[in-house]
Amino acid sequence: MTPQTTARYTWGGDEFLFVEIAEGMSLEANFISNSIANALEARALAGIVDICPANASLLVRFDPDKLAWQELERVVHALEDEVRASTEKVLETRIIEIPVWYNDPYTNETVARFREGYHQRPEGNDLDYAAEVNGLADAEEFIKRHHESPWLVSMVGFVAGLPFLYQLVEREQQLEVPKYLSPRTDTPPLTVGYGGCFSCIYSVRGAGGYQMFGVAAAPIFDPTQALEDFSDFMIFFKPGDIVKFKPIDETEYRRIRTEVDAGTFRYRQAPITFDLKAALADPDGYKLSLLEALNGI
Amino acid sequence: MAFDILEPGLATTVQDEGRIGYYRFGLPQGGSMDQYSASLANRLVGNTVAEAVLECTYIGPKIVTTTDAVIAVTGAPVDVFVNGEIVPEYERIALVTGDELKFGVIKGGTKYFIAVHGGIDVPEVLGSRSTYPIGAIGGVEGRALKAGDLVPVGVGRDNGLPELRAIALEDRPVFSKDVTVRVMLGLYDQNLSAKGLETLLNSEWVLTPVADRMGLRYSGPGVEWKEREQPFGAGQDPSNIVDAGYAVGSIQIPGGTQPIILHRDAVSGGGYAMVATVISADMDLVARCAPGTKTHFVAVTMEQALEARHENTARAARIWS
Repeated sequence: MTPQTTARYTWGGDEFLFVEIAEGMSLEANFISNSIANALEARALAGIVDICPANASLLVRFDPDKLAWQELERVVHALEDEVRASTEKVLETRIIEIPVWYNDPYTNETVARFREGYHQRPEGNDLDYAAEVNGLADAEEFIKRHHESPWLVSMVGFVAGLPFLYQLVEREQQLEVPKYLSPRTDTPPLTVGYGGCFSCIYSVRGAGGYQMFGVAAAPIFDPTQALEDFSDFMIFFKPGDIVKFKPIDETEYRRIRTEVDAGTFRYRQAPITFDLKAALADPDGYKLSLLEALNGI
Repeated sequence: MAFDILEPGLATTVQDEGRIGYYRFGLPQGGSMDQYSASLANRLVGNTVAEAVLECTYIGPKIVTTTDAVIAVTGAPVDVFVNGEIVPEYERIALVTGDELKFGVIKGGTKYFIAVHGGIDVPEVLGSRSTYPIGAIGGVEGRALKAGDLVPVGVGRDNGLPELRAIALEDRPVFSKDVTVRVMLGLYDQNLSAKGLETLLNSEWVLTPVADRMGLRYSGPGVEWKEREQPFGAGQDPSNIVDAGYAVGSIQIPGGTQPIILHRDAVSGGGYAMVATVISADMDLVARCAPGTKTHFVAVTMEQALEARHENTARAARIWS
C-alpha cells in the first residue's frame, strides 16, 4: 500500500475537525500527526479548544463562534504541507523503563472470568492465544518479543492517561492480536493490554477489549500527584514518549509496590532525540542505540 | 454552608460546564448532561452559567440544608418536596436552615438539576468541579454522592437575585418520547454501504436502557458496512479503524448492530468507526431522552448546524439579559 500523500479532512459535527493522515498504522503517519499537532499548538489560534493527536489521525476541537471552520481547515492544511515538506524529522523526547510482571495472577484471574462469549479461544489464557496467532512457540517467546524492543507512545486517550504503544520494529516483526470478541466489563488497573498492532497500559480499572498479558508495577495516572513523576501533572505519558518494558518477578513487583506506597518510586528515564529517518532505515540498530540511553542511569 | 446528604439518590454528581482542554490526555469534558436545563437553574438563583449544580439521575437525593439557601430545580419533570410540601420546578425556592428537600418519581427524561445561590463549592480540579468517577477527580472525592456527605455551598455574588423568578413555559425544555436528532455525516461514513447509510437515516432507533453519561445505545435494524480489506493495525471487523480520537457526540456502530452516541463522559478515543456526529445544538436533546424514546437521525450541513447553534446562543442571551 502506498502512503497517502495528503490527509483526509472530515468533520465530527460543528466542533470537531478530524484529519486522517493514513488509514493504516505506520510510524510515518504517527509522526506527521504529532508534528501537525505541535505546529498547531505553537500557532496558539484563538478558538482552538483541544488538539488530540492519535495513532494515524488528528482530532481538533474548536469553538466555531471564535474560529471559522473554513479557516481552521485552511490553517491545518497549510501545516500539513509544511510538515510533509520538512526534512527535519526528529523529536526531542525521553525513554522510560516500565517494569511489568508478565503472566501474573491478578491479570489471569480477570482473564479467567471473561472467556465464554468474550474470547476467541476460551481455553488457555490470553498470552497462549497471542503466541499461537503470531506463530510463536509459547507464551514465553511472546513475552520476550513484547519487551525486547522499545515502543513509541503513539496516542494518549480512551480513559485518563492511557497510552497506546506502537513497537519500533519492522512491519514483518509487528505482533498483531485481535481484540476480545466483546469488551470485558472489568480490567484491573495497570493491566498491560494488546489489540490490533497496539499495546496499552490501562491507567484505571474499567471496561476494555484488549488482550491482557501482565500488570505494570507503578501508576501511570495519579490524581493525588503523590509521586515525584507526577509533580507537574496527574498524567505520566505524552505522545512521543519511548517505552522499554522490563520483565520483573513477584519479588521485584512487591518491592516496587512498597516504594510506590512510600512515595519514593521514580521511573528510570533518560532524555533522547528520536530520529524518524534513522529509525526507519535501520530499526534493529536504532533500537539498540535508544536502549543505550537507559544503561547510563 | 452545606447540604447534608441524608440519601444520595441513584447517581447524583456535581457538574458544571465541563473540563475543557484535557481531552488529549483522555480526560472527558464532563459537565451537566443537559447544559440548557442546568443553566436555567443557575439563572433562577442568581448564579453565573459556570456555577456547579447537582445532577440527579432518575432518583434524586434527600437533603437537609445546614444554611438558609435559595435553590431551583430544572430538567426532567419530577415532583419536588420541601418538608413534604410540593413546590414547583423551574421556579426559585427559598429554604431555611433545617429544611428537607426530596423528590418524587421522575415523569419523563432521566436527569434533573439542583442549583443553589452561590453554587456547589467543591474544589476545582483542572479548571472544573465536574465529577469524573472513572478518574476519581472533581465533585465530592471524585465520585457520586453518598449518604453522610456534606456538600459545600458557596457564597453568592453581591448582586443578589434576579427579577426573574420562574422560567416561562415556552423556554422550558421538552421531554418527548419521539425525537428527531440532527447529525452531520462524516468521519468514517464512507465505510458504510449505501444501504447501510440509508438504514441509519431512515430507520426508527429506540433508545435502550444502556444509556449513561458515557454513551447512549440504540436498538434498530442494524447497518451494513462495505466489504473492504482492513488497513494494517485496524482489527478484523469492518466497523474497526486504527484507534483514533472520538468526537463528542459521534455515533459508532460496533459490529454494525447498535448505534452508540458518545456523550460528555465518553472515552476520548478507540477503534470503532464513527459515521456521524450529533450537532452541538442537539446534544442536550439527546441527554433528555429516556429509554424507549423513538429516535430518527436526520443529516444536516455544517451551515445548518451552525445556524441551530446560533439560535441556541440567541435564546440563552435573551434568558440571561
